[in-house]
Amino acid sequence: MIQGKVIYVLWRREMIKYFRAKSRVVGAIAMPAFMLIFQGMGFRKVEFPGLPESIGYFQYLVPGIIGMTLLFTAAYAGMSVIMDKQFGFLKEVMVTPASRVSIVLGMISGSATTSILQALIIMMMSVLLGFRLPFISAILSSVVIMVLISITFINIGLILSSVLKDFHGFSTIINFIAFPLFLLSGALFPVSNLPAPIRILSYFDPLTYGVDALRGVLIGHCEFSILLDVCILLTLSVLMVCASVYFFRRAEMI
Amino acid sequence: MFKKPGLKVLFSLKVLFNMSAIIIKELTKKFGEFTAVDSVSFSVEPGELFGLLGPNGAGKTTILNMLTTLLLPTAGDAEIAGYDLRRDPGEVRNNIGIIFQDPSLDIGLTGRENLEFHAMMYSIGSDERKKRIREVLDVVGLADKADILVENYSGGMKRRLEIARGLIHYPKVLFLDEPTLGLDAQTRRSIWDHIRNLNRNYGTSVILTTHYMEEADYLCDRIAIIDHGKIIALDTPSGLKNCLRGDCVSLAIEGRVDLIAAALGEKEWVREIVPNGKMLDVIISDYEKNIPDIFQTAGILGIGISSINFSKPSLEDVFIRLTGSIIREQEGSRQSARRDRMRRRMLR
Repeated sequence: MIQGKVIYVLWRREMIKYFRAKSRVVGAIAMPAFMLIFQGMGFRKVEFPGLPESIGYFQYLVPGIIGMTLLFTAAYAGMSVIMDKQFGFLKEVMVTPASRVSIVLGMISGSATTSILQALIIMMMSVLLGFRLPFISAILSSVVIMVLISITFINIGLILSSVLKDFHGFSTIINFIAFPLFLLSGALFPVSNLPAPIRILSYFDPLTYGVDALRGVLIGHCEFSILLDVCILLTLSVLMVCASVYFFRRAEMI
Repeated sequence: MFKKPGLKVLFSLKVLFNMSAIIIKELTKKFGEFTAVDSVSFSVEPGELFGLLGPNGAGKTTILNMLTTLLLPTAGDAEIAGYDLRRDPGEVRNNIGIIFQDPSLDIGLTGRENLEFHAMMYSIGSDERKKRIREVLDVVGLADKADILVENYSGGMKRRLEIARGLIHYPKVLFLDEPTLGLDAQTRRSIWDHIRNLNRNYGTSVILTTHYMEEADYLCDRIAIIDHGKIIALDTPSGLKNCLRGDCVSLAIEGRVDLIAAALGEKEWVREIVPNGKMLDVIISDYEKNIPDIFQTAGILGIGISSINFSKPSLEDVFIRLTGSIIREQEGSRQSARRDRMRRRMLR
């Protein structure tokens, strides 16, 4: 049922296109880079409850911005499905005997790779701006967490793209979903500082656990435990993959 | 139409032992209240070149989309290459190829990358893949352009690449949706040749949709004429044309039109006579034999014929007879309007 060749070819296509489209790389990194520079530098000296003194706001912010990069690049991955739909290429994909599971997994693997590449670029930039470079083992564990975060959000985009047909609809809805997820996640400030009703909402935000796990791994500070974060993310990503496969099986992709 | 029946029968037989024909039973597709395809049934023999002819919006593409598993039928069944469309969509996909009406290439990849992508989606091994890609690139004459990005291809090149792609996995049944839409005459001709060749050489059953009469006439063994989601006729091109009553001769008369009309009216090979000012439209059978007779009759009466216009029934005439409308908008010139009037009379 799972065809390695199909997953590989979809992944490779994404890689070829990613490295051919330089503007896409720059464009996707610009937003988080600005956040890193202006938010990070401007609020460098702030102190607030929930922020350990030994860490400092910039160190605290970097994992949040990495999470943000993952969220937005991953959620927008569905956009390439919409593009394929509009350019007719999706029909070509769907009419092949490749199993729908493999197609979904192939799309996920390609988009996850690009999201993680973007996140690693942001991580390197933050090191240049003064982020304390974590040990290689911490970077590797953070990549595992990045995989889980991107899978979760790629599937939101994939499900949406299986239902929608046009760019505008897609980007409107995805922004409407992604911005609250970003702001609620504690990427910019500790969730514990939010008033109780809003804080409860943030517990339903997958990115809350993603950012928390990234902080735990990269700066050694987290509100929950890394194990809990990873379990939640793992469960969610498996569920989301299943949901995507369901939608791709069901959808009439033309 | 020139064909090598012997060769074709041979391939048909070969295919026949490997698979059964395409069978479509009362296939229906509704989009909300609108019925796009209305209980369509037909079957296609192995190795046959089968045409779906109809105006835009007749439901041809919807039929193809259902047969290629992209749309779910509202009702009805179909069996393709021996596999049931509803129960076994995976095996159906394994045995078909489709060349879509709208472009479906990844323009951000090169021609070769598009073909590689396709071959890998069909799980074709690495060596075999290279061999087949070389082969299909040769078939469509794109070997030297294979490593250019598709966005730099011309329309005809894109079309040829799509055809190459449809052939890579040796489909038993190939669907072609308006294969030559919007192409120039030269490219169209070469694509027709490709379609013919692959049908002959690989024994591939081909179903093509078109709204070009000459395309259907030139390529297809059998044609189903579709209008408003229904099949209104299904026969060989010559069979369809034979259902018309005869050939039409238009005469410009110098002299008394009523005299010659009366004289011709007595001939048993004249089916109908329509005087039209100085012109006389005559619908006759066996034109080879009988046109000289018209001149003879006129000569005896001392009536001159200053010009003659002769038309054999075309598929377009068949179409007009069946649907009561012309397939494409024609110029409203007096001549074409007159020709249309003639046709309608001839088909009555």
